[in-house]
Amino acid sequence: MTTSVQQISVPAGAPTEAAAVKVQTPFRRFLSDFFESGTAIAAFTVLLVIIFIAVVAPLISPTNPYDLAIVTVLDNRLPPGTRNLDGMTFWLGTDGAGRDLLSAIFYGLRTSLWVGVMSGLIALCIGGTIGLIAAYFGGRTDTLIMRIVDLQLSFPAILIALVLLAVLGKGVDKIIIALVAVQWAYYARTVRASALVERNKEYIEAAICLALGHRRIVFRHLLPNCLAPLIVVGTLQTAHAISLEATLSFLGVGLPITEPSLGLLIANGFEYMLSGRYWISFFPGVALLVTIVSINLVGDQLRDVLNPRLQR
Amino acid sequence: MNAQTATVQAAPALRSVDKGEVLLEVRNLKKYFPVTEGVVFHKTIGNVKAVDGVSFTIRKGQTLGLVGESGCGKTTTGRCILQLERPTSGEIVFEGANLEKLDQKALIPVRRKIQVIFQDPYSSLNPRMTIGDILGEPMRVHAVYPDARQRRQRIVELLSICGLPAKFTDRYPHEMSGGQRQRVGIARALSLNPDFIICDEAVSALDVSIQAQVINLLEDLRREFNLTYLFIAHDLSVVHHLCDRVAVMYLGKVVELADSDELFDNPMHPYTRALLLAVPVPDPTVEAERKHQVLMGEVPSPINPPSGCVFHPRCSLAVESCHRDTPVLRELRPGHWVACTEV
Repeated sequence: MTTSVQQISVPAGAPTEAAAVKVQTPFRRFLSDFFESGTAIAAFTVLLVIIFIAVVAPLISPTNPYDLAIVTVLDNRLPPGTRNLDGMTFWLGTDGAGRDLLSAIFYGLRTSLWVGVMSGLIALCIGGTIGLIAAYFGGRTDTLIMRIVDLQLSFPAILIALVLLAVLGKGVDKIIIALVAVQWAYYARTVRASALVERNKEYIEAAICLALGHRRIVFRHLLPNCLAPLIVVGTLQTAHAISLEATLSFLGVGLPITEPSLGLLIANGFEYMLSGRYWISFFPGVALLVTIVSINLVGDQLRDVLNPRLQR
Repeated sequence: MNAQTATVQAAPALRSVDKGEVLLEVRNLKKYFPVTEGVVFHKTIGNVKAVDGVSFTIRKGQTLGLVGESGCGKTTTGRCILQLERPTSGEIVFEGANLEKLDQKALIPVRRKIQVIFQDPYSSLNPRMTIGDILGEPMRVHAVYPDARQRRQRIVELLSICGLPAKFTDRYPHEMSGGQRQRVGIARALSLNPDFIICDEAVSALDVSIQAQVINLLEDLRREFNLTYLFIAHDLSVVHHLCDRVAVMYLGKVVELADSDELFDNPMHPYTRALLLAVPVPDPTVEAERKHQVLMGEVPSPINPPSGCVFHPRCSLAVESCHRDTPVLRELRPGHWVACTEV
């Protein structure tokens, strides 16, 4: 008799335990999936630090590398860790003009990230819209748009950017235009692929039957369901934009010397490389590398988590 | 010859069961999907004749069942009426207006009156919108209830009509079961107070117990809101229960059209007979004694349908002339139309 009472009391405790388990919303599941990997946590942390540095660069830099009143040519090409006559320590050394490299990298990160994120966002808006229109209307519209995309993607990105910048000239706005022109096609192609799948689902047809209007259907129904791949491509393409901008600046067609990005810093130190003054190019190079790798790692993890086929 | 066929085919529904005004008339509807070849320059090498000369009429308050096996064109017919596909030829007349002649703008008021309930309750609701948004959006866009509070009230009302509690307003589709989602699909179809609803296999994806509930709901709604249905299905017992008239389709053509009871008690076309014989009887002794006549062969390709009567390769009654002559619908009993020369 006592045993049966005990047996009954066991399942009585179960519902309380079940109730204690948190409700799994899609967003919460996304977060727990995303931070499952140690690499992703590390990359995300590094990326946050980099973004933080870029945002508050003027506040945390030891010096303002572009304030000509502070910079003296006497300090040029000092190796890392040297103290100058004013008692100032250049932890990463100075460049050919006597600027503190640590400060220059902070400011360079700011420019590089700004260019990368802005061009990424603008290309995402333009390319995303074009891709959605192609998928939604289909037929000739789709064929025409996708052939233009194919044409665009068949040229090397660097070539298009070089030609455009040769015509447009130098400047942050110009390089953003060039990067958008190079990258919109990737977004268009990605969003079209997933929009084509969504387009054939019945909720879109129901929306057409309810006469909700094309613009509303495309942006309120189609777009929210194509966001996942767009976010992934957005992250990876932003990293790509940053490296492309660095390449262009290195080649001397990107940013003006007054707004140096990491690529320009690397280019500045390039001539001293063989004479043993490695730090002028090396440290900006490391900063660029860490930035791009961390963005790519975050993007990879996003792709794994947001891919419905890999969903656990 | 062709024109004659068209008029004969258009005639049946006009003369049968004359009660109530005509809401929808489909005249000689054809929808061919081109089969193309080549990557750059598309060359049409053939047509899939999904719907090939279908005509019927639906009166106000009536329910027409459209049955047939998979791929016989019943869904395509529904999609043409919904203007989700442009028909190759033929006319769709709704409340006296030929839908093929209307432009996008003029279609909007018509679209509001024709709604659809889809088969798959999982893909027919936008996963990123709450139930309240799904039901409220059409009302807001068409300014049916411009005031937010009124709209909210109406959403709750729609949910309760469809047997769902008001708390579902803030839920997302993934938090609901298939039957509940299908009820939301029905509520959405009702959101603009339509006259005509196309149920495209609306209960096929549901459990049998849920099916019965949803069918009862559809019947209640018809009575309450004076709705007219086009009920597309392959489940004959459901169709018998729900429909006033039934059209049987085979390979893009209507082969038999009759009142529901008449069709089920007295099927005439050999295809309809085979279909009805395939429905199991829920009594083992009766079922064991039934003679099963299984249709031989496969459905022919709609790209290259058989000459003459499309059903002749599988027909037990087929004679020489069936290979040559396309049968037209003949009225063999009052309101009972059959496209077969041998019955």
